[in-house]
Formats: sequence, structure tokens, C-alpha cells
Amino acid sequence: MKHIKTLNTQTLNNTVKKGGCGECQTSCQSACKTSCTVGNQTCENAK
Amino acid sequence: MIHQYQNNGYNIVLDVNSGAVHVVDQEAYDVIEVLNRMNEDHTVETLKSPETAEALKKELGEKYSEKDLLDILEAVTELTEQGRLFTKDIYESFIDVVKQRKTVVKALCLHIAHDCNLACKYCFAEEGEYHGRRALMSYEVGKKALDFLIANSGTRRNLEVDFFGGEPLMNWQVVKDLVAYGREQEKLHDKHFRFTLTTNGVLLNDEVQEFVNKEMDNVVISLDGRKEVNDQMRPFRNGKGSYDLIVPKFQKLAESRNQEKYYIRGTFTRNNLDFSKDVEHFADLGFKQMSIEPVVGDDTEPYAIQKEDLPQIFEEYDKLAKFLIEREKSGRGFNFFHFMIDLEGGPCVSKRLSGCGSGTEYLAVTPWEISTHVISL
Repeated sequence: MKHIKTLNTQTLNNTVKKGGCGECQTSCQSACKTSCTVGNQTCENAK
Repeated sequence: MIHQYQNNGYNIVLDVNSGAVHVVDQEAYDVIEVLNRMNEDHTVETLKSPETAEALKKELGEKYSEKDLLDILEAVTELTEQGRLFTKDIYESFIDVVKQRKTVVKALCLHIAHDCNLACKYCFAEEGEYHGRRALMSYEVGKKALDFLIANSGTRRNLEVDFFGGEPLMNWQVVKDLVAYGREQEKLHDKHFRFTLTTNGVLLNDEVQEFVNKEMDNVVISLDGRKEVNDQMRPFRNGKGSYDLIVPKFQKLAESRNQEKYYIRGTFTRNNLDFSKDVEHFADLGFKQMSIEPVVGDDTEPYAIQKEDLPQIFEEYDKLAKFLIEREKSGRGFNFFHFMIDLEGGPCVSKRLSGCGSGTEYLAVTPWEISTHVISL
């Protein structure tokens, strides 16, 4: 039986190499003005 | 750095520095917990050392078989080798790079109207007036703001403009004129404006809806959930609740946008710490894109959330997660903004280190002037 199942294939440290292109959306514009939600931003280049 | 937790029948292990998310069985959960307690900075070498295997057997040998423990240790070592467990924090050195980068302005929040037709009790804008006199943004100020954005956006192509208030529909003609101006300018400067509108819906009508559907990338519509919850905090100036007037309009708008590119967005307060019921209410009303956020306000306000409320709030998010899964399974799923996490194409390190951009890349413009006043934090 497999004890560990990994959900994602990308690793964050790989994104360091590319640096930030800055094209992504400004976080709080999607749904809120009162909380800073960076965590669920989508990368424009990954689309 | 490893963060692990159990939720809704799942054992989740998050390797913070790589962003890897693992679902594990109870045995692996316990093994990782012990390993992490032993040494937070494990490397492939330390994991492979006989001392580690011995320590593991000593701690968990009575609970699990030796074979299982060693199998799991091997799997953990393999993942560490791949950079998916016990990953080192290599980001500290990038903080200065990010801090020193030349920023451009990517987005503006236009306070189209410092005025409002509702008198929400928790309004950080003092019923739309932002602690000052009532004012509407003139077309001239708005135009200069768009010019400023284009001029300071560098090579960034997608520019975001939020029509915000107060209530922006109280200055609707200026919104329409600014969109027209933006569309004309974007062609000249090879830019693309993404307009969004945040509205309480009171003045929403067919004409507004048609324009919004043609021009706005996103619409944020404000409702707090159940009628009694909404009407307690979001009354008109005469004290009457707003729910009955706005809900049918919001339902119509959401349908007309094919249930996409909008958010119905509520605020929860100490009066509705059971806010998962309000999200449920949104879903029952047929909305598919939703968000609900904790109120921001002075601690002395009766509606302010207190520290002792946190356990209940955490529980509500768990209830909400279960509810969302049930709905999804029954074919009536919906999106909850704060649960939408793209594990594969999420924000890069640079974005995580630079944050939301408020005050640097994202500025607010009042009817009077461009301001670095940060309204979102």
C-alpha cells in the first residue's frame, strides 16, 4: 500500500529561476477589499 | 518547514518551502510528525542515518510494524531527495531582490463616488463618505487617473481598474465615460484594461446590466447572506433592509453572466459567526461564485470579531468545506473564493514575497486626488 500520495507536480523553488513577470492580477481585486489573498492567485504564464 | 493537519478525514502534510501537498495515511502522518520533531532540518543524509531509523522504531515501534516504518522512512527520504519534503528555505536572499525591484503601477481603485445609498453599519468608508464630505469623481479626475496608470505601467499590458465607492452606480455616467476613454486609450498604447465594478445593487437595472456584461471583467456584488443577517447590517438610511430589493437583481445579473466572472461577496460579523449558513444561502439562491470575509472594524464595536470567536470561525470553514464537497458531488457545485487554490499554477515565489501590491502596484484614487492610502489592508 502506498503511504504517501503527492497532489501536485510543480515545486515552488522552480519558480525562483524564472523570477516574477508581474502580469498577474492584483490580489484583492477578485472578490474582496478587506483581505489580502495572494495564495489563490493564478499565474498568467501558466494559463 | 512542515505543516501537517487532519481535516475532513484526510491527513495533509504540506512542505511549506516547496509548496508540495501530500495526502498520507495515519502511519505516514505519525512518522513525519516524529521525524519533524526530531529534526526540522532533516536532509537525505540524516534521514538515511541508522540513528534516525532507530529513533523512529523506538518512538513508534509499538504502534506500527518495523517494515511499515522503514517503508515510510524510505518514501520520505525519496521525497526529500526530490525536493518535496524537508525542503530548505532558499527564499530569504530573494527578499532584497523583490524589495529593490522597480515597480510599475498595475491597477487602480477608483473611488467613483464618495457617497452611498445604503448605510451599512460596518462600513469602513463611513457610509461611503470616507470620513470626509460627499463627493463624486469627475470625468476629468478619472481620465487623469487612467492616463497616470498607462504612463506608469511600464511594459505591463493588462491593467486593472476597479470602480469602487461608496456606491459607484451613484456616478454611473462617469463610469461609462471612463470605460469608453479607456477603450480608446488602450488601442493607442497597446494596453488592455480589465474593468471591475463593486456594487450594492440598489441602482442595478437592465441598462447597467447590459453595459456591465459588455465591459466588465468582473463584478463584485455585495450581500451578506440570509435576509435577517443582511438586513441587520445593510439597511437603507431609513433603516429598511436591502435584501428584498437587491436579491432578484443579483440573481438576474449572475444568470445573465452565465454564472461566471462575478462574485457575490458578503461580510460576516460577530452577529453571524455561523456564516457557513450564509454561504449555503447563496448556493440556495443559485449563485455559483461567492466569497465571504470577516468584518474589519474597531474592537469595541459590538459586531467586531473577538479572539475567543476564532475556534467557532475555524469550525465554520470546515463545515463550509464539507458543504462545498457535498454540493459538488450532487452536481450543484459552486466556487468559494478562498478555497480556490491552484496547486499547479499558483503564485510564483516573487508574487508571494511581494504580496498583494497594495500601495505600490495598486493605488487608490479619491474624487480629489491620487492617493497611496491603502484601503485593502
